[in-house]
Amino acid sequence: MSESEPPAGETTAEANAEQSIRDRVWTVASASDIRLIAVVMLVIYAVFLFLGIVGGLDVNGLYSSLERVTFFAAVYALVVLALNLQWGYAGLFNIGIAGFMGIGLYSMHILTVQIGLAYPIGAVGAVLITSLFGAIVALPALRLRADYLAIVTLAFAEIIRSILGSQRFAEFTFAGFDIGFGGATGPSGTLPDPLKFLLYKDPYSLRPEPNWFGEMYFGLFDLFVIDDSTAEGMLYALVLIVFVGLFYFLLVRVGGSPFGRVLKAIREDETVANALGKDTRQFKIKVFALGSALMGLAAILWYTKRGGVNPTNFEPEVTFFIFVALIIGGAGSNTGSVIGGAVFGALLFRGPVFIERIINRQLEAEADPTTIFDAFNGVDPFIVYTTDNLSALRIVLLGVVLVVLIQRRPEGLLGNRKEIASGIDLEDRGGD
Amino acid sequence: MTTTARTETDDDRDTATEGTTGEPILQVRNLQKRFGGVVAVDGVDFDIEPGTVTGLIGPNGAGKSTTFDLITGVQTADSGQVLFDGTDITERRPEQIANRGLVRTFQIARELSEMTVLENVMLAPPDQQGEAMWRSVLPWFRGRVNDQERTLREVAWETLEFFDIDHLAGEYAGNLSGGQRKLLEMARVFMTDPDMILLDEPLAGVNPTLEERLLDRIHQLQSEGYTFLLVEHDMDIVMNHCDPVIVMHQGQLLTEGTPEAVRKDDRVLEAYLGGEVEQ
Repeated sequence: MSESEPPAGETTAEANAEQSIRDRVWTVASASDIRLIAVVMLVIYAVFLFLGIVGGLDVNGLYSSLERVTFFAAVYALVVLALNLQWGYAGLFNIGIAGFMGIGLYSMHILTVQIGLAYPIGAVGAVLITSLFGAIVALPALRLRADYLAIVTLAFAEIIRSILGSQRFAEFTFAGFDIGFGGATGPSGTLPDPLKFLLYKDPYSLRPEPNWFGEMYFGLFDLFVIDDSTAEGMLYALVLIVFVGLFYFLLVRVGGSPFGRVLKAIREDETVANALGKDTRQFKIKVFALGSALMGLAAILWYTKRGGVNPTNFEPEVTFFIFVALIIGGAGSNTGSVIGGAVFGALLFRGPVFIERIINRQLEAEADPTTIFDAFNGVDPFIVYTTDNLSALRIVLLGVVLVVLIQRRPEGLLGNRKEIASGIDLEDRGGD
Repeated sequence: MTTTARTETDDDRDTATEGTTGEPILQVRNLQKRFGGVVAVDGVDFDIEPGTVTGLIGPNGAGKSTTFDLITGVQTADSGQVLFDGTDITERRPEQIANRGLVRTFQIARELSEMTVLENVMLAPPDQQGEAMWRSVLPWFRGRVNDQERTLREVAWETLEFFDIDHLAGEYAGNLSGGQRKLLEMARVFMTDPDMILLDEPLAGVNPTLEERLLDRIHQLQSEGYTFLLVEHDMDIVMNHCDPVIVMHQGQLLTEGTPEAVRKDDRVLEAYLGGEVEQ
């Protein structure tokens, strides 16, 4: 208590109180990692609620915006966690994330929509296929370091994207099944969303009727003036949060163990790891297989809701986004990964689109300018012009954030935290 | 799979030790390595007896570090043979050689900077169950892994105390001073439970107090049965602390013997001064 008091005697009690409140908020927030993540999410929600209220959204609109924000925060957190295992822990510079996500999603589509397996079985199959590809790509990684591995993984991702988008593989027969990647527009048919089956009698009819559970669930949300599609989205967001929890739990265990210790050693100095008797090749293959499997699963969860199985969803910029998110959070920290994914997905990815929408709604574009010259006709047209292009300006914004971050805080928000690679507290000497 | 492989290695090691008492622990036979037109190591032959601290000296470019790299599998020899405990290890990979009980430190301390001192030493022990990912993740097995971790933690703290760096246990290795890094490297190498340790200039850049302490530790460990081979530039240290001494020059073995014999050998002086020495 006494250390936090400012030295000057005349400082007002007000400042004092403010100081201690900030301290206390910080202590509570950082006491537990889960709580820290929760606090970050609450702040993000508060920002969006504020913007939404200022922008004049109705109650349902507000809930809907929160649901969207949660969706993007969660899906980014999932992929960032997977990358953190490969890059943050083992230092394996995988810039082929988009490729692995593509493999996961396309395998899922083929196994479920095209071959007709049930969703969970298809998901398991797709994850296994992705991890197999991960292990194969890891083979050159045994010999290559840093930049060269990066080139191999990038090339791999581009090869995957070209194959998926190629007309040649749009339709073919494999092991007696007529399957295909659908060419440039992707295969037809969206992934079956298991939650829809939970809520509706015949989910893919034109006007689906809710079943008894759906009636109950939607009825509950009606009380809060939330419409059905928002309610459905919220259930999906909840499932995603559960998956973020599972990924997090798994990776904290993987990282906080002798296995994680070897991964860190590979990142720091592989020669040393070898000299101490660790067969680093095995570890690299395992990390690639597991990380890629998680990326594939993340992609499945992402596009089950967003629909659109399409090669353009897996362009290299996706990989770039994930890296930026991990750098924001702090490479090497699982908690940082979740926070980085959430901040990126919510504020940087979703934020500009959201702002664009509410501003346009407000101004309702009396004079919607089409060129930069029209834009200078007055204040409103100028704002509308700028915001119309916000989602395009997103990349610029990203660049600025990245530059500032690298200059001011290169270790990311949580990068310099010690997440010790052991299941026990090493500094606590049990014997004493 | 990993575990079986490790156990086999362990058995090998035990039987080898039992069967070869009195035999040299390390035998280097006609080792050769070229880099392009340069012959770095040119037919080197020597034996190391168990329980000794052998010094390997020679002027810059004599091929000492390359010899180290060839013995520990970091580089592959063009020809020749290395036997450790009677087993041919010439073609083995570095991690296989380390797991047999022959470990090394590096000329420039290679601490794992973004890991704490404790993580550094806890990395080293062989046969860690938790290095199998599934055991680290699955509920019941994780408990077993953590039991082993607790045992190793004890050993780790003792080792850190032995090398007087226990007060730095929670520090990132990158924050250590040059001398402390050398100590950390030694501590880490000992955590692998080796039979023989190759030290590549362990005292370079270490202050006199710390140097004293390190040498003290080396002798203490020698009396416990560990074997050392060390490359060192400081003649006083080599002459006072190593026996026997091996001298290399231009990739070849110049002479080998007790410090006194080596000191009296004119060829050694010649090699160091780079010219003829008048009688």
